[in-house]
Amino acid sequence: MKNVVITDALLVSDYIGGKEKSLSTLIERHKHKIYNFIYSKVYDRDVTEDIFQDTFIKVIRTLKRGKYNEEGKFLPWVMRIANNLVIDYFRKNKRMPKFDNSTDFDIFSVISDTGLNAEKTMITDQIKEALKQLVEKLPNDQKEVLILRMYNDMSFKDISEKTGVSINTALGRMRYAIINLRKVIDKYNIVLTN
Amino acid sequence: MAELYIENFDDTELFEPKEETVNFILNYSKALKIIKRNSLEFEMLQN
Repeated sequence: MKNVVITDALLVSDYIGGKEKSLSTLIERHKHKIYNFIYSKVYDRDVTEDIFQDTFIKVIRTLKRGKYNEEGKFLPWVMRIANNLVIDYFRKNKRMPKFDNSTDFDIFSVISDTGLNAEKTMITDQIKEALKQLVEKLPNDQKEVLILRMYNDMSFKDISEKTGVSINTALGRMRYAIINLRKVIDKYNIVLTN
Repeated sequence: MAELYIENFDDTELFEPKEETVNFILNYSKALKIIKRNSLEFEMLQN
């Protein structure tokens, strides 16, 4: 028995005449092409689903109003509707309020990443290394106090006990250590910044 | 012009609409009635 393929034009004509089943056949016949056409533009399944639905709502309204006049070109007509809806979708999206940095307000000033990024981490490491080398150049007594205070986070009372000097001497050594570090930094124009 | 919308389009059947979407469309179609009165058209959605 020979299978007879009903043309789109005939199905459209039947649908306009009140045969609802014809619409089901048309959707079944072309749904993959239309759906994947939309998806190839928007790359979002939910948006594709919405546009696919809106496309057929337009198709139905046009057909039921008797405004369809492209006999034999049903699929290109539907594709054109889908394409226009995709354009509408992108237009609407473009109009949606978005933050940009063209005004005084900078969104990144309030949502900045508090963690260090790779570049900042690298710079911080370089600064630490440079500072370590400078500390190494200090006289031993100053270097000892500075390391205990800054790196070991010890109090001057604990430092004085550990090094066997008075608190005032420890404070003095710390003061000279910082002065000497500043001198070296100024002398060689070393920039320590993050 | 019409062919522009279908040419170069890969017809691989990757995705298809959800069944509920298709059902919604079919139900919408059944519910929609267009009533013409003089030069006016009214759309009615009947349950």
